[in-house]
Amino acid sequence: MTGKTLYDKLWEDHLVREADDGTALIYIDRQLLHEVTSAQAFAGLRDAQRKPRRLVTNLAVADHNVPTTDRSAGIDDPVSRLQVETLDRNCAEFGITEFDMADPRQGIVHVVGPEQGATLPGMTIVCGDSHTATHGALGALAFGIGTSEVEHVLATQCLVARKMKNMRVTLDGTLSEGMASKDMILAVIGQIGTSGGTGFAIEFAGSAVREASMEARMTLCNMAIEAGARAGIVAVDEKTIEYVKGRPFSPAGELFDTAAQAWRLLVSDADAVFDVEHRIDVSTLRPQVTWGTSPEMVANVDDVIPNPKDAPDEGKREGWSRALEYMDLRPGTKISSIAIDKVFIGACTNGRIEDLRAAASVAKGRHVAGNVKQALVVPGSGLVKKQAEEEGLDKVFIEAGFEWREPGCSMCLAMNADRLEPGERCAATSNRNFEGRQGYGGRTHLVSPAMAAAAAVAGHFVDPNQL
Amino acid sequence: MEKFARYSGVVIPINRNNIDTDAIIPKQFLKSVERSGFGDNLFDAWRYLDQGEPGEDCSNRPVNKDFVLNQKPYRTGTFLLARENFACGSSREHAVWALRDFGIRTVIAASFADIFYNNCFKNGVLPIALPLADVDWLFARDAEKGPFTMDIDLEAQTLTSEDGNVYRFEIDQFKKMCLLEGLDDISLTLQHESDITAYENRRAKEAPWLYPDFGA
Repeated sequence: MTGKTLYDKLWEDHLVREADDGTALIYIDRQLLHEVTSAQAFAGLRDAQRKPRRLVTNLAVADHNVPTTDRSAGIDDPVSRLQVETLDRNCAEFGITEFDMADPRQGIVHVVGPEQGATLPGMTIVCGDSHTATHGALGALAFGIGTSEVEHVLATQCLVARKMKNMRVTLDGTLSEGMASKDMILAVIGQIGTSGGTGFAIEFAGSAVREASMEARMTLCNMAIEAGARAGIVAVDEKTIEYVKGRPFSPAGELFDTAAQAWRLLVSDADAVFDVEHRIDVSTLRPQVTWGTSPEMVANVDDVIPNPKDAPDEGKREGWSRALEYMDLRPGTKISSIAIDKVFIGACTNGRIEDLRAAASVAKGRHVAGNVKQALVVPGSGLVKKQAEEEGLDKVFIEAGFEWREPGCSMCLAMNADRLEPGERCAATSNRNFEGRQGYGGRTHLVSPAMAAAAAVAGHFVDPNQL
Repeated sequence: MEKFARYSGVVIPINRNNIDTDAIIPKQFLKSVERSGFGDNLFDAWRYLDQGEPGEDCSNRPVNKDFVLNQKPYRTGTFLLARENFACGSSREHAVWALRDFGIRTVIAASFADIFYNNCFKNGVLPIALPLADVDWLFARDAEKGPFTMDIDLEAQTLTSEDGNVYRFEIDQFKKMCLLEGLDDISLTLQHESDITAYENRRAKEAPWLYPDFGA
């Protein structure tokens, strides 16, 4: 008998029942809730006169709609305000723990979960948000669901599911100076494509993953969904256990030691067989910049915009042409010559302390270029913000001409007031470069925090090491 | 949920790969706390020439006449045809709600993103993955001979084009039954309540740190 993958183990640990046709009921240990995808689920519960099965497994926080400027006056936009207030009311009515907008722990749900110890190794974690994959960095099985499933989990603590297939992406080698896990994951997506992981749980393995910090692993798993995989996972090691220790929702004392023993088993067996394997040597990797409207449209900073004529097939040719038209870019243009209008540093991809440190180290002693109209730094949570301020990063950014904001999803998807105007071009540390994602008609280039800061001070893309 | 009945309708072709859920229903419309009312904003940025806002009356907005949803007879179509990786990106179920509100009950594509695929079944919308060659043929059929209708028979798992071409498709039998019967998933799951309770009691002993509410 061959060994099991980490995903196999997580799946089996949560299997409540399985029918002969493979339809399974799996148990969910943690549900994270936010304002955009929960209102209709709570309404459904109310209509059917149902109650959440286990209140303690739920944690809510408003993040998508919240303003990142002064919040003392509340939310200006009445539609956004209603949505956030609806979450507050639903949590109060049903008895669910919520970090509301005034709570110092408020932030992006995928930053808050791990930070609070609400994300633990070995858990199944869901949220009505595709970037739930982030939590897999702690050796959890975490994936995004729709609102009907949010309601289903509230009511039953289970989901109807079928087992996914196993993919392993092995990242070996040592990243060169100034490179980050964002560059690794963009390169992975460039290689396997935006649907390469559809139907799979991706385990990220290899020496570069073992060397990566917990924050860097979260960035990797965050964008598994951009490769089509609902779940990204990293095996548990001592770094994981050290990270979880002492956090508010984490077990303490003897119970922690018992848990840690179980968590240490959350690795793929040496003889486990994956359905698909990919390998990338990251030691030769260069800083990555997306140039199109799908995360797979990515190139090295030293490259030029590709020509659709060179696309591997007709579908891609058509896609590249359309993307270049939307992005107002021409084949052969050097990536490093593309000038930008705005910069966004933050999001569940890159809104953690390590990301802000990387960006600040580039910004320090420099200034945002004259052609850059706005450079936003939006911490992923109130606690990240506090930590950054204790380290003086806020001053570094402000002195360099960046705006230092309150935590939230912000310009990753522009549901609040932070957005691109039509035609504006942005260097963003977020995860999606879709048409209009950061604002109607806006143009997004996905990059690492160091690259975003470098682009802010240079006014165009540039290898952060060559500033 | 309404039962999924056999029906016929016009096929709306959108010949693109990787159509994302941000395109299907842009973010500003996600501020709604309702489950319906999204149909006028389906593909909003492609369908209109201006930037849409939630709650706005769309009947006076300038439309993009080149976009298929603004053309007869597609504007009353009930099948959507796309290429690979349809509805990738955000998990927003609003994407399905917008398609359903517009009147689309069946989406045919070469492949789907996983979360959207699941969301469809919760709302009486049927996603059908066909081989790329068949999808190519359907696009060519529309491009060369103009709009055409399809007939869907979920019971028999067949799609039939008005030219008489029959496409058999695969579907998970549990999901098929739920659609045909219009069943509410939650009630079905609660039929297994004793299994859930047994699991919890066993697991609370194995992993007590996950069950602070179960006492010692």
